[in-house]
Amino acid sequence: MKIKSAFIHGLAGAVALLWLFPYAWMAFTSFKSSAEISLRPTALLPSAPGLGAYRAVFSQVPVGRYMLITLWVATAIALIQIALALPAGYALAKLRFRGNGLAFGLVLACLLIPTQMTFVPIFLMFSKLRLVNSLTSLILPFGASALGTFMVRQALLSVPNEVIEAARLDGASEFTIVYRVLAPMLKPTLIAVFLVSFVFHYNDYFWPLVMTTDDSVRTLPLGIALLREPGTGVEWNVVMAGNVILSLPMIALFSISQRYLILGLTKR
Amino acid sequence: MMRPRKWIDPTWMLAPTLILLVVFFIAPVGIAIYQSLFSWDLLTPPKPVGGANYIALLKSGELFWVTGRTLLFSAMVVSGAMSLGLSLALLLNRRGLWFSFVRSAVFSAYVVSWVAVALLWLWILDPDRGIVAKALHLAGVGSVKLLNHPDTVLPVLAGVTVWKITGYAMIMFLTGLQAIPNEVVEAARLDGAGALSRFRFIIWPMLRPTATFVGTTSLVISFQAFDVVRVMTQGGPVRASTLFVYAIYESIFMNLRVGTASALTVVFFVVLLSLSWLQIRMWRQKA
Repeated sequence: MKIKSAFIHGLAGAVALLWLFPYAWMAFTSFKSSAEISLRPTALLPSAPGLGAYRAVFSQVPVGRYMLITLWVATAIALIQIALALPAGYALAKLRFRGNGLAFGLVLACLLIPTQMTFVPIFLMFSKLRLVNSLTSLILPFGASALGTFMVRQALLSVPNEVIEAARLDGASEFTIVYRVLAPMLKPTLIAVFLVSFVFHYNDYFWPLVMTTDDSVRTLPLGIALLREPGTGVEWNVVMAGNVILSLPMIALFSISQRYLILGLTKR
Repeated sequence: MMRPRKWIDPTWMLAPTLILLVVFFIAPVGIAIYQSLFSWDLLTPPKPVGGANYIALLKSGELFWVTGRTLLFSAMVVSGAMSLGLSLALLLNRRGLWFSFVRSAVFSAYVVSWVAVALLWLWILDPDRGIVAKALHLAGVGSVKLLNHPDTVLPVLAGVTVWKITGYAMIMFLTGLQAIPNEVVEAARLDGAGALSRFRFIIWPMLRPTATFVGTTSLVISFQAFDVVRVMTQGGPVRASTLFVYAIYESIFMNLRVGTASALTVVFFVVLLSLSWLQIRMWRQKA
């Protein structure tokens, strides 16, 4: 039994290594100097750890500005999605009206439509409106989330009608009921919706790539990808430093909110 | 269900969501279908051409190769992520800090951006200075340019994608495993069922709905693959890694052919929907 247990622990360790070693390699590389990368590219640890690569990233890419734009876009999208999903989910889950089934069907249909399907027409629409390279083009198309609406509706189904009736008797408006009474009850669901959306849009490469043609609202994943100009000699220590800057916020967020993220993925 | 207080209530509650969904999801699908019937280079006015865009894509073989390539890529990603995700879920479904740490390590790749993952593996696989090249060299294999060879590029991209999304599959399978009542598994054990038959006859049948879900979502994820292609290979060498979305992107932003891009988009959507539908049906029938 002891041997078996040791074997399983060891096997798990090998698995961990397969996932953690690439991160470690990224971090080690980022602390090496350009000279060391070309002389001893596969040495594990940097011989003279330094921040030169990070300085190079900051001088080649306006990291602060890109980061701010990225955080702004991801936060705005996640918050708007929640603000809109709450009343929509409430109407779908709790209110009897003509067209409820149709509206719900429309939300479900949108779950099946990927952005890769819609980007050509939306790009053409935005370029006609001169909205390419604007925050609007990055945020507005994701203002309503079919998935978020669906998750809020599902969560509200298990909230008893009596809660809403009691609030109505107390004279609360529907607006108050949605945002002040029900929203706090759905906290885990809302946090999950926020996180899944925030992580997705922070990391998103495809949409900003398509909707931006210049530097005005470029996001961080685009900026970091640009560090590697294909063809000319790539400075891998600089690229990896950019990678660390790009991934660190997500890894930090992940380590404090893993529980909610998992909830957001499994409660669908 | 309750009566709305005022008839207008459902309207204001749903209008913003429905309007945005119609404008940015439903309408673009219709517009793409419509535009696929035109020839348009964004500079001169669009010309109606009927089905010519589709016929040209068929005749040139482009449609066949892009679809085939993407299906092959998807098959590798789905089978890889599902088998690895399930194995890891079975291995790591244990109490203790060590296993919880390993689970987090595997799952963490899912939240890191595709760009970061693609750049990281590009460096690891660098043919001149990467550690994989060095290891292969030490093993006496000689120089292998995994990403520069038409035969190896797709499996390598699939491997990177599997590395990225296995954590997701694992988490889903873990949730499925934890929903199986312990007593059932214990009873089978007392009846003398070995580990293999416990899995075959009890655990796997109960995991089937999870497996269907993971299969469909990873199919959708792999079918939409773009970031790894764009960052790691730009579709090359000689288009060997030009997957569907990259082909759409290329035909509008590099070749300025809106009609072709739209026709590709329509086919992409139809294939994706029928695949998901087929997969769900297949798994239902087996159950």
